[in-house]
Amino acid sequence: MTGPTSIVAKEIRKVFNRRIIFERISFALHSPRTLVVSGRNGSGKSTLVKIMAGVLGPSGGTIALSGPGSASVAGRLMLTGLVSPYLNLYEEFTAEENLRLGMAIRGLPFDRAFAHELLRRVGLFTRKDDPVRAYSSGMKQRAKYAFALIHRPSVLLLDEPMANLDAEGMAIVKEIMVDQRQNGILVVATNDLADVDRFDERVDLNAGR
Amino acid sequence: MTRWVRSVIAVFLKDWHSELRTRYAVSALGMFVITTIAIIMFSLGSEGAPPDVLSGMLWVVIFFAAMSGLSRTFVSEEERGTSMTLQLLAPGSAVFFGKLLFNLVLSVALNAVTVVLYAAFVNGFVIKTLSIFLVAVLLGSVGLAAAATIIAAIIARANTKGTLYPVLSFPILLPLLLAVINATRLASEGAFFQEAAGEFQLLISYIVVVVTASATVFDFVWKD
Amino acid sequence: MGLRLFLGIWLSIVIILGLSLPMVAQPLHWYDLPVIPGLEDKARIIFFHVPTAWLSVLAFLSALFYGIRYLRKKDHLDDIRSASAAGIGLMFCLLATVTGAIWAKFSWGTYWNWDPRQTSIFVLLLIYGAYFALRSAVENEEKRAALSAVYAIIAGVTMPFFMFIMPRIISSLHPEPLINAQGKVHMNTTMLMVFLASLAGFTGLYYWIWSLQVRAQRLLSDSTQSQGGHERG
Repeated sequence: MTGPTSIVAKEIRKVFNRRIIFERISFALHSPRTLVVSGRNGSGKSTLVKIMAGVLGPSGGTIALSGPGSASVAGRLMLTGLVSPYLNLYEEFTAEENLRLGMAIRGLPFDRAFAHELLRRVGLFTRKDDPVRAYSSGMKQRAKYAFALIHRPSVLLLDEPMANLDAEGMAIVKEIMVDQRQNGILVVATNDLADVDRFDERVDLNAGR
Repeated sequence: MTRWVRSVIAVFLKDWHSELRTRYAVSALGMFVITTIAIIMFSLGSEGAPPDVLSGMLWVVIFFAAMSGLSRTFVSEEERGTSMTLQLLAPGSAVFFGKLLFNLVLSVALNAVTVVLYAAFVNGFVIKTLSIFLVAVLLGSVGLAAAATIIAAIIARANTKGTLYPVLSFPILLPLLLAVINATRLASEGAFFQEAAGEFQLLISYIVVVVTASATVFDFVWKD
Repeated sequence: MGLRLFLGIWLSIVIILGLSLPMVAQPLHWYDLPVIPGLEDKARIIFFHVPTAWLSVLAFLSALFYGIRYLRKKDHLDDIRSASAAGIGLMFCLLATVTGAIWAKFSWGTYWNWDPRQTSIFVLLLIYGAYFALRSAVENEEKRAALSAVYAIIAGVTMPFFMFIMPRIISSLHPEPLINAQGKVHMNTTMLMVFLASLAGFTGLYYWIWSLQVRAQRLLSDSTQSQGGHERG
């Protein structure tokens, strides 16, 4: 799914229970581009990432994702991959089955060879036939990366990218970020700016509105 | 096959395979039906009850079995935190129809078992016009699945899901229940097929209206 | 102020007329009401019981209308309007059910008969109950508003089916409607006048209570917002 992609946000506002989480958030990302979303706990980083993923709607303002196939909802979902502490895989299924259903529910054909390559890349190939329920938290995090990349998204959204990972896991993720940064849009939401080596833009949710 | 149709089928298959793997619903529902029919048998004793009452009671069992089983498809996603995962994979309409399909299959299968057990074990339950009865059970199952699915989506987003489900579902399902109970009664009295035509017309339009309305409003329930 | 006074006087006159106009077998004067065999004095209930029943339906439609508007525009005020309508509808529905049951006792001997009208008002009561049970089970305000609106829509589309199925099932003990299916009016003119006046008066009462409730809820929600409002987590 390659092709020029962009995310343009204008004056986004999010309200929960009539409390304003954030407002007047604007940015324009055209691939290749890297955005960091920073802010202390509770400042709304995960919320902003969910809005960018299309899972949550903004309470005000607009956000538009453009790219190949972005005219339809299904098309936009195909352009985006998300790794987040809030995202859970289907634990009764194996890693490989999760990847398979990830493609099937998107209506796409399953490329088994590519899936295996991804699982190898995140270091889960040897455990690919075990149900995710049996994984450690670090392994689950790695599985989420495979799940986020199986459909080759132009936009990769990472919320707390290094959560639960050991040194080896972190190195793998940094490589994934480098790849994504070169070819598409990378968005990283984190407290720890050391997670990201380089970035082009930054949205800080701590600063005023 | 369009991508949307493939998505719908894939959502159905995910639920199906998940059920095969864990067997939560099937065993629990099976026991529920058996237990309920056993309770009815004990309470009726050797005397049985008039056919009217028995027609109604069959649908009471079916209703409560539906309340036990048809919410699982949405509630399990909420409980395991996979709702967002599903939202990332397919548009709301595909999720809705995929889960509706699952509930349809579950409803028809469950009610078939219930009907067979009920007819076999409950004294005095007699069907003279089989055609009316079969159509009533089929249309009733479809209608049950249709209404139960959107309500399941609603309560999955609320607290106290279990008790709320029958409370919300009953008023919605009442027209359907009255129609099928009436048709079952006609079947047990040996009426001609034509006499139940009014009930069947109502059931078919009910199904169409409920599915259309549910599909239209689903995104407001499903997406935050 | 003037409008409220007018409403008060209107309803008072309606109540007085409804209770006191003489019922005679052959109405001669303009103020005579006809005697309906079998009902006699109890027919007066038509001035009070029927409007409460119609209003419980009107309130539901109003809740449905504002619910749909909320889904479109996400304006919190529409949710307030919708829930307020439902609350008042619940109240009128309770009144209609209870007055109907009392009247049933006087006329037919039992409080409850499961005839189509009594069952219909009971089902409406169940819908209102379910609506509020749902609302109390959702903490997030925006979600609560959306789910309530959706439930109102689903209930709204299935209600007509109920009205079609009932007559097929049970024959009714309810008196032959004076306003029958063809829309022809059998009521004596005086009776009709008082009846319509009562309907109008009750509708005005509903609207007044509803606007008060909306205003109160709005003030309440605005004040809690400004207290909690701009804190950051």
